[in-house]
Amino acid sequence: MSTAAPIAAPPYKLVRHDEAEAGLLEVSMGPHHPSTHGVFRMDVKLDGETVVRLKPVFGYLHRNHEKLAEGMSYLSSMPFTDRLDYFNSMANNWAYALAAEKLVDVPVPERAQYLRVIMAELTRLVNHTSLVGFFLNDLGALGTPLLYAFRERERILDLFEQASGARMMCNYFRFGGLRCDVPAGWLDRTRALVGGFPKFLDEFEKLLCENEIILARTQHVGVLSGAQAINAGITGPMLRASGVNYDLRKVDAYGIYDRFSFRVPLGAAGDCYDRFMIRMLEMRESLKILEQALRDIPEGPVMGNAPRVFKPAAAEVYGRVESPKGELGFYLIADGTTKPYRYRVRPPSLINLTVLEDLCVGHSIADAVVILGSIDIVLGEVDR
Amino acid sequence: MIDTLIHILALTAPVAMIFASLFAFTTWLERKILARIQNRIGPNYINIPFTKFRKTFGLLQPAADGFKMLVKEDIVPHGADRFLHLLAPILALVPAMMVLCLLPFDLPFANESMKRIHAAALDNAVLLFFGITSINTLAVFMAGWASRNKYSLLGGMRAVAQMVSYEIPLVLSAAVVIMAVGSLSAQKIVAAQSTHWFIFTPWGLAAFFIFFIASLAETNRSPFDLPEAESEIIAGYFTEYSGFKFALFFLGEYLSIFAINGLAVTLFFGGGNGPWVQAHPWLSCVWFLAKIFGLIFIIIWLRGTVPRLRVDQLMAFAWKFLMPLSILNLFVAAVALKVQQPWLTWPLCALVLYAAAHGLSRLQQKNVGPRTYQYAE
Repeated sequence: MSTAAPIAAPPYKLVRHDEAEAGLLEVSMGPHHPSTHGVFRMDVKLDGETVVRLKPVFGYLHRNHEKLAEGMSYLSSMPFTDRLDYFNSMANNWAYALAAEKLVDVPVPERAQYLRVIMAELTRLVNHTSLVGFFLNDLGALGTPLLYAFRERERILDLFEQASGARMMCNYFRFGGLRCDVPAGWLDRTRALVGGFPKFLDEFEKLLCENEIILARTQHVGVLSGAQAINAGITGPMLRASGVNYDLRKVDAYGIYDRFSFRVPLGAAGDCYDRFMIRMLEMRESLKILEQALRDIPEGPVMGNAPRVFKPAAAEVYGRVESPKGELGFYLIADGTTKPYRYRVRPPSLINLTVLEDLCVGHSIADAVVILGSIDIVLGEVDR
Repeated sequence: MIDTLIHILALTAPVAMIFASLFAFTTWLERKILARIQNRIGPNYINIPFTKFRKTFGLLQPAADGFKMLVKEDIVPHGADRFLHLLAPILALVPAMMVLCLLPFDLPFANESMKRIHAAALDNAVLLFFGITSINTLAVFMAGWASRNKYSLLGGMRAVAQMVSYEIPLVLSAAVVIMAVGSLSAQKIVAAQSTHWFIFTPWGLAAFFIFFIASLAETNRSPFDLPEAESEIIAGYFTEYSGFKFALFFLGEYLSIFAINGLAVTLFFGGGNGPWVQAHPWLSCVWFLAKIFGLIFIIIWLRGTVPRLRVDQLMAFAWKFLMPLSILNLFVAAVALKVQQPWLTWPLCALVLYAAAHGLSRLQQKNVGPRTYQYAE
C-alpha cells in the first residue's frame, strides 16, 4: 500500500492576527482525551484540520512534590521520587541518590554500583518498549504493538517486584547503596530475560520499522533541528534524534558507566520517525550494557557505611542521570539540618514539552497527536 | 397487491433477521480475533442468567452488551439538534438493511418469492446498491453536525470527504464485472460465474483489490477509520451518542460491512456458487455466508495490525492511486475480454497492472523510506 507523504509542512500561510482567527475552530483536546498521555490539555486552533496555534496546558496533576520534600528528611522523599516518572522509578531514585551522595560523601559498594546500572538499564527497556507501544497507539494501531510491548514490560516488572517488593514504585535505592540485595537466582532470571529480549526486538523491528504507513505518517513530521533542540534545552533520545551527540552516561559517566562499552545512536532528520527509531536502537545498546554488567557483577555488600542520621553541612549540589526521557536532575540546597532547604527537580518531560507548539504548527491535528506521542511525556513528571 | 407484499416480506424478513443475528456473532468474533492477535483471551465466559452455567466461550457477550445498551441513559448534548440527533442513527441503519436484500442470497425456503421479486424489480441491483449506500454519507454527516461537538464535526467532515472519494474507485472496479457480464442484475452476475469466478482473471483480481480497499474506506474500517479515529477525535461522529442510538450506529456499521462484502462476493467470488451446490441447493446460502466471513476475517485482521493514514494521505491514495488504477483496469479488462486467450491475457494484464501500481506508488513515496543510523562511541 502506498500513500502520499508531504515533504514538509503544507504551504500554509500562518495568520497571527486575532481578528483573522474568527474563522478558526478552537478545540480543547484534553484533559480527558485518549491520547494526551494523562491529564494534559492542548488548546488547539484549527483551520480545517491544520494546527494554527497550540497551547499546552498542564498542572492538573500538580501535587506539591518539591515543597513537600522540603518539609521532610532527605530519605523520606525517596519514595516520592518514584511517583515523578512512574515508568522509571529506578532512574528517579538514582538521580536523587546521586545528588544526596554529593552532599555527604558515602562510598557505594561495588555490587550496589553494578545493581544500580542493571536496574537503570532495565528501566530504560521498560520505558522505551512502552513508549513505542503508546506511540503506535497514537498512530492508530489499536493496541496491538502496545500489548506486545506490555508483555515484555511485565516480565521486567516481575524482576523489579522480586528485587524491591514493588512493580512500579520500587523505592529501591538508598544513599550509599541499595535497600537490600537481590534474592537468590534473580541474576540468572535477569540473564535469561536479557538473552531473550533481542528476539522480541527483532520481531518488533520487523513488524514496525519498515511499515509503509508508519513511514508515511512519521517521516518529515515534527522536524526538530539540532540547534533548535539545544536552544530549547531538549535532552535525551529526543535530542539525539536531532543529531546531537549528548548522552550523560558518556558525558558524566556517573556510577560506573565508564566501564561498559556501548554506542549512542544518533538521528539525522529529527522527525518523529527518528525519535521512534532512536529508542528502538537504544534498547539494543542497553542490552549490551546489561550483558556486561551481569557478567562482571561481584559478590559483596550492597549498602555502604551511610550515616544513620543524614545531616549534611550547608552546600548546594546538583545530581543528574540520563533518565530514559532525558536529563533528570535534582538540585538540593542543604542548610545543615536534616531537611533540604530547597529541593528542585529538573524534569526532562516538561522541558522536552516546551517545543510542542513549534513542532505542531502547520501540521494536521492527527500529526499533533503523533508528535506529542514521540516526545514521550509522563504527566507525573511534568506537573510534579 | 397483498400477494406481492407477502412475497416481499418472505424475502426480506429472513434476510434482515439472519444478518442481525450474524451481527451479534461478528462482534464476538471480532473481539475474539483481535484478542488473539493481541496476546489476550477475549470474552470467554458469560453466565446464562439465573444459572451457574458459564462455559459459553463468551458467546453471550453480544447479548449482554445489547442489554447494557438498552438500559443506558440516552444523552443528548445541550444545544444539540434533537431531531437530527435521533434521525442520524436510523438513517445509518436503514440503507444498510435495504441493500442486504439486494444480494443474490438464495434462501432455500423463499425460492418462489425470490423469483417473483427479483425478476420483477431488481434487474439493476448493483446500481441500486450503490445508490442506496451513498445515503450513509448523509447519516454520518448528520450525526457529526447534530451532536454540537467539535470532534463530531471533524469526524463528520472527514467522513464526507472519504466516503465520496472512495465511492468512485468502488464503482469503477465494480463496472469491470458489469462490463464482462453485460447486466446489472446480481443473479445474472452470479450465473455468469458458475464455472469461472472473476477473481481468477487478471482484471478481476485487480478490480477485487481496488474494490476491497475502497470498501474498507466506505465502511470506515482500519486503516481508513479516520472518521472515528480514537486517538485523534475520540470517536468521531458518534462521540456524543450513547445507549441504543449508539447501538444502532454500531449495527448499521456492521450491516454495511456485510452488505459491501456480500457485493464483493457477488461480483468476484461467484456468489453462492461452490462445490456440491448442484446436488444440495441449500448449500448456496452457506457458501455465500462463508465467503462473506472470509472477507470479514481479513478486515478484522487488518484492524489488528495496521496503523491509520492521515487525511491528506487518504485522499491522495483515493485520487492519485486507486482512481487511475481502476480506470486503467477498465481498459485492460476491455482488451482481455476481446482477446479471450488466457495464455496471452494473463501475463500481459498482470504486467500492465503491476507496472502501473508500482509506478503510481513510487510516484507518491518520494523521500520516504527506511533509514540507516549512525552511532557515536
